[in-house]
Amino acid sequence: MSSGASTARIPGLGMLRETGKLFALGLDVARGIFQRPFQLREFIQQSWFIASVTILPTALVAIPFGAVISLQFGSLARQLGAQSYTGAGSVLATVQQASPLVTALLVAGAGGSAICADIGARKIREEIDAMEVLGVSVVQRLVVPRVLACMLVALLLNGMVSVIGVLGGYFFNVVLQDGTPGAYLASFSALAQLSDLWVGELKALIFGFIAAVVAAHRGLNPPPGPKGVGDAVNQSVVITFLLLFVVNFVITLIYLQLVPAKLD
Amino acid sequence: MGAEVVIEGLTKSFGKQAIWRDVTLTLPPGEVSVMLGPSGTGKSVFLKSMIGLLKPDRGKCVINGVDIVTCSERKLYETRKLFGVLFQDGALFGSMNLYDNVAFPLREHTKKSEAEIRRIVLEKLEMTGLSGAEKKLPGEISGGMRKRAGLARALVLDPEIILCDEPDSGLDPVRTAYLSQLLIDLNAQIDATILIVTHNINLARTVPDNIGMLFRKELVMFGPREVLLTSNEPVVEQFLNGRRLGPIGMSEEKDQAQMALEQAYADAGHHDGSTEDLRGVVPQLQPTPGLPERQGARRRKDRVMRILHTLPPAAQEGIIESLTLQERRHYGVGMHSLVGAQRGQLPAQDVADLPGSGWQEPASSQSPATRPMRPPHDQGRP
Repeated sequence: MSSGASTARIPGLGMLRETGKLFALGLDVARGIFQRPFQLREFIQQSWFIASVTILPTALVAIPFGAVISLQFGSLARQLGAQSYTGAGSVLATVQQASPLVTALLVAGAGGSAICADIGARKIREEIDAMEVLGVSVVQRLVVPRVLACMLVALLLNGMVSVIGVLGGYFFNVVLQDGTPGAYLASFSALAQLSDLWVGELKALIFGFIAAVVAAHRGLNPPPGPKGVGDAVNQSVVITFLLLFVVNFVITLIYLQLVPAKLD
Repeated sequence: MGAEVVIEGLTKSFGKQAIWRDVTLTLPPGEVSVMLGPSGTGKSVFLKSMIGLLKPDRGKCVINGVDIVTCSERKLYETRKLFGVLFQDGALFGSMNLYDNVAFPLREHTKKSEAEIRRIVLEKLEMTGLSGAEKKLPGEISGGMRKRAGLARALVLDPEIILCDEPDSGLDPVRTAYLSQLLIDLNAQIDATILIVTHNINLARTVPDNIGMLFRKELVMFGPREVLLTSNEPVVEQFLNGRRLGPIGMSEEKDQAQMALEQAYADAGHHDGSTEDLRGVVPQLQPTPGLPERQGARRRKDRVMRILHTLPPAAQEGIIESLTLQERRHYGVGMHSLVGAQRGQLPAQDVADLPGSGWQEPASSQSPATRPMRPPHDQGRP
């Protein structure tokens, strides 16, 4: 007891402890996914809810995002005299990087914050405790369906963002930069390969998992009081964003090492 | 029969702040117990530690052979199904209506058909006076109704242990009386072990079999109701009578100077906030006529008579006074024989005598005693 009190003062230890708890929850969730009974109803409701709050904003973000990449890359390619690769470049950037990140940011920002606020409000109203006391595992009953819903929605949204991003890129490149439609389309397969799409989807899946687990963790451990729930939502979004970029960096690094770039 | 809860050396602190330490008590199976204590002494924390929502620093809490503090998660969830817990605000699920709230444990844990669930839920809702409100959402009803709905939900699984966190807070005196009666009736019907955390003195005086009190981070006492109700302990006396004079202050403890000052004021005639001395044993609440006798009360009588000689004299007198004539004869005790109503040394056979082996099964207690008893001693009887 006294050792616990004295070690609490070592700076950084509190952060480590929270990180440990976050990982523990992540493992619990991973285990809970395979435990029966599966909460199908909750899963469908949550999937629908998260999809409904993220589809429109994601689409709206995806269009300018694809456009920016396309414009930037297009002008760069022209300076280098590699116009014919414009399409390839923007597809690669969109599918591999932009689309999973945009998806994850919106799933975290719109879906994750809603999850965190929902669970946090239940926590301070003792609903979570009541559920635990009734012998129902909160991780199994509430968190797992939400995590799976986030992963599913992220996966599907990622596909949508990829398509919208590429279409946006096409539009801006062909219409505004006077690119050649044929060259743009033909160069798709020059640099990009199918594994780029897979890694994009894998990233979306992992990001969805992270966003939901962080949101659930903050929601289950909010600072005291109603204001605490607000703080928890805020923290959950910030923590998720930080984690996303770090994890994205790591995955990209590993992917580039493992999968050789296409050269032909 | 309800489960026995054995708590040994339970200690809890948040960071450096100790909440309570070394709490040791046993909730006897099927009996109703009350935990008293000034606000902020960690009564709710105590309840939450008992069901494993909070992890105590040290100690044991054993239910049916399972130590809640150290057992595996699977065991913990299994054991929790024995509990029915009434939270302070009812802790209903805000997104479900009352019917679904009460049906929730049944749907999660049993394979009952929807028709059967409906029958049980409506029965419990009627029991708590909520018939007709099943379609309402928790946000649309009053605090008292939420509380009663919380109780209905705690009861659907026929728990062996019922924990109530301040069942009276936010309820008017009449509804509190009904709720007290409901708890006693429940105890008579399902023989569940009940622990009520409260600071309602009236409830504490009339409902429980046993009373405990938390103060200054410790369990001041826990034992048969008569012990606390007749106690001369300053804390208990102050608390029961709701006075300002005494060791309990506005913040938890008082210093000597403050105490002396208040004593001086009181001596000068300043009112100390109390009305009359509420100590003393008052008759206990009985189940509604027509319900079975409380098995817990019977077992308790035997248990208390067995430890009678260890209790303070005032409590002994209170206990003996509450016995019927027949019972006094059965246990071989008489009134006032223990508190010096008689001068000089008592004859050996007049000292409270406890039957040992002959009085075990409450079921057989109605038949004449099976072993020869000392002649009934009742000269002190009015």
